[in-house]
Amino acid sequence: MSTIAPVNQPTQPTGPEEGPATAVIKSWKVPIILGVFTVLGFLLMVVFGRTGTSTMVLSTSSDLIQLPDVLLPTLPTGIVISILLAAITGLSAWMVQTRRKVPLWLISVFAVLLLIGFLTWASADERIPVPGLLFGSLSLAVPLIFGALGGVISERVGVVNVAIEGQLLAGAFTSAIVASITQQPLLGLLAAMVAGVLVSFVLAAFSIKYFVDQVIVGVVLNVLVTGLTGFLFSELLAPNAATLNQPPKFERINIPLLSEIPIVGPVFFRQTLIVYIMYIAVAAVYFGIFHTKWGLRLRAVGEHPQAADTVGINVTGTRFWNVSLAGAVAGLGGAYFTLGSVGAFGKEMTAGAGFIALAAVIFGRWDPIRATLAALLFGFASNLQNVLSIIGSPVPSEFMLMLPYLVTIFAVAGLVGQSRGPAASGKPYIKS
Amino acid sequence: MLASPFRCVVSPGRRATPGRHLNRIDTMKLELRGITKRFGALVANDDINLTIEEGEIHALLGENGAGKSTLMNVLYGLYRAEEGEILLDDVPQHFAGPGDAMAAGIGMVHQHFMLIPVFTVAENVMLGHEQVKAGGRLDLAAARTRVREISERFGFDVDPDALVESLPVGVQQRVEIIKALSRDAKVLVFDEPTAVLTPQETDELMNIMRQLKAAGTSIVFITHKLREVREVADRITVIRLGKVVGTASPTASNEELATLMVGRAVDLTVDKAPATPGAPALVVTNLTVIDPLGQILVNDVSFDVKAGEILAIAGVQGNGQTELTEALMGLQPRVVGEISLDGTSLRGHSVRQVLDAGVGFVPEDRTRDGLVGGFTIAENLMLDRANKLPFVKRFNLQLSYLADFARTKVAEFDVRSQGIETPVGRLSGGNQQKVVLARELSRDLRLFVAAQPTRGLDVGSIEFVHERIVATRDGGTPVIVISTELDEVAALADRIMVMYRGRIVGIVPGDTPRSVLGLMMAGETPAEGAAA
Repeated sequence: MSTIAPVNQPTQPTGPEEGPATAVIKSWKVPIILGVFTVLGFLLMVVFGRTGTSTMVLSTSSDLIQLPDVLLPTLPTGIVISILLAAITGLSAWMVQTRRKVPLWLISVFAVLLLIGFLTWASADERIPVPGLLFGSLSLAVPLIFGALGGVISERVGVVNVAIEGQLLAGAFTSAIVASITQQPLLGLLAAMVAGVLVSFVLAAFSIKYFVDQVIVGVVLNVLVTGLTGFLFSELLAPNAATLNQPPKFERINIPLLSEIPIVGPVFFRQTLIVYIMYIAVAAVYFGIFHTKWGLRLRAVGEHPQAADTVGINVTGTRFWNVSLAGAVAGLGGAYFTLGSVGAFGKEMTAGAGFIALAAVIFGRWDPIRATLAALLFGFASNLQNVLSIIGSPVPSEFMLMLPYLVTIFAVAGLVGQSRGPAASGKPYIKS
Repeated sequence: MLASPFRCVVSPGRRATPGRHLNRIDTMKLELRGITKRFGALVANDDINLTIEEGEIHALLGENGAGKSTLMNVLYGLYRAEEGEILLDDVPQHFAGPGDAMAAGIGMVHQHFMLIPVFTVAENVMLGHEQVKAGGRLDLAAARTRVREISERFGFDVDPDALVESLPVGVQQRVEIIKALSRDAKVLVFDEPTAVLTPQETDELMNIMRQLKAAGTSIVFITHKLREVREVADRITVIRLGKVVGTASPTASNEELATLMVGRAVDLTVDKAPATPGAPALVVTNLTVIDPLGQILVNDVSFDVKAGEILAIAGVQGNGQTELTEALMGLQPRVVGEISLDGTSLRGHSVRQVLDAGVGFVPEDRTRDGLVGGFTIAENLMLDRANKLPFVKRFNLQLSYLADFARTKVAEFDVRSQGIETPVGRLSGGNQQKVVLARELSRDLRLFVAAQPTRGLDVGSIEFVHERIVATRDGGTPVIVISTELDEVAALADRIMVMYRGRIVGIVPGDTPRSVLGLMMAGETPAEGAAA
């Protein structure tokens, strides 16, 4: 799929201070992918097009400022969007042909157009509640974001954290019990962090102290936590659901003024305490990793542990405590399942969220902000499936259930490309 | 917290606080007394005594594996010695780790730079002793100022905001020096600092050492290169097999130093008759190699190698030599241009096809690419032909044939081991390289490519490898030797091709003076008439 451009350019001797010479490698990956989606979109929206009018609802009934509904004629919208998609595909092919880089924003525009087209097609003669769609996306993304933050911290310090799933599940389980017994959701939150740290301790001890393969320890931990919580659930929680598995949920808090901004307000500022903690956590992890002494040392240990050692940084200690911190953050995400959304613990209730969070870490290139955005994308894909099955879309629900995972595969495999993680991630530091 | 690393330390009450009282003194005397360090049964350092006086350049000379780096890692707190003690200004020290050694005023410029490639210069320099502003934000401005200060004092010209991975190695080394100086190092250890430098950069480093010495810093200069030692050192201590075998003054001759270092008289030259080159055998035309990110690693390279001559490819590590050899062997996926051997094209062929075409290859990293460490000597000897007669009949390995074959080869190439069933991972570097040579030279060759054939070997093995390479040439086979060591290039080459940033700077005769080669390795085209 790649061809090399001729590089017999005039070979001027380069000066000693110039960077390395580069050649442009023509990669047809992007135009091919866009082309496939254009064809699929055209088939769906035009060939199998539906007639009628799609309605996008932009405001909730409780909003101060009411925005009018947007009405889209289904078939004409599909035709227009198909034309636009084809145009973008052509543009990207032309860019590759003339050895330009296809910019990310063009791909993003393509994705958004395809999405609008799909939504319009799916909601012929139906109403799509846009704030509800987005609110649900954020809700589903909350545990993913906490998990991804934990993953970023852990991988940046050099330990691959496959155990996010286990940390989420342990957090969910522990917070349910503690909050049920004490009737204090805050204590449940705290307990979830402790549970995440305990899972991390095992990961840290085996991978850092005993040099066991980090991925294997992580996988084993996931299985262990799944089994343990499943066993305790059926033996302990299910028979005593009233006393042990009925935690008080966090109340929604509307932030004055901010919660009244159209669309944005209802989505972001009518949330529970955990979500507000998440906003702070994202900012704190970002600032911490890139602007503080803690972050500098953490990154140094993850990139080149021996260099960190030679300037007097305790590599083992740094790794151990930061992996533990990562567990605490992921544990918070687990608490959201029981204290934020569902309101009770259920067997294997995290349902692979930890692995999606791991994908978000890689898709977000080990950057807390980008990983958060990636998690939001995955949350959106999940919720789109929910919303469409509620309004009764013609797509079979089994197919829709694949959507979030399809998005994950495409995002991670197709669009990340050549990205470079922390150089020493996954490698134990063995002092000779 | 930790067990005392040395047998004879002063009582805890009198233990010196590292650094505290030393900071006021600008110069420092360093003494190592009776240091012994063992790795299992191997004694890497055996009762070593060494004194570095204030403000002197003290060279530590020894072969690869003599124990120089081990000794310095003990000094720097990375290793703990079983016996002996370290004294700074006659006060015994107690280093639990590099942090303590640094605090006491010892700085180290490591052979493999201890820099984080994705950090800026300022971030690397501040790492480990960061200054922070209110709110916990890193004070990068202070670090930048510190880098500029030191940089100006020694005329380094280092940009504090440059990413380390984007800097040439010579500059990266200066960053290492700045790193040590920013921690007020009074003793600076240079571990094989010239291995990665061009001759010009080496000269600059020598000047920097003299400057540092003038400013009162004591310097320990670890090397195995005699020329450099004699140029810059005030005193020389020679280490062999973990022991101090003598001291010498810089006025000692190369032969004297070499004899002391190796333990017997060595012949530093290679006996070699003038080449009788035949017709061009390997012809490379407009070869370009590109990496997955589009960087051009080898840029439009054309050359030929004639039957019965040695073409040495010289250049500083990382200027495209590795990728060029990999392209010849079919190991590089993105190659443009033409490679032909005796008229048949080799480009785009698999490694197996290239080997079958009669190309012998000694890879530059023998433990990674040349051998399977867990396999026996015998198994490694047939790796290239394990699918062919007579090593395999139908599906059965011919083990008795293999044993005979291996025994012959081991004797012929003087591989010292406990037998052909010894895993190669347990052999010394020299013997491992002999196994690689034995395998590659036991086919009918039409081209022999040896990349860094003597890297990390002892003098005895180097002589052996060089003899074999010359013998291969005398048998009429075209030979390519890739080396970053000018001594090796000068000893072997009939013609020398110098590479810089993926391009050929020039192809010159084998007797081209070192100074000309040095300039070429820095990218300067040779004067008219020098081309062969």
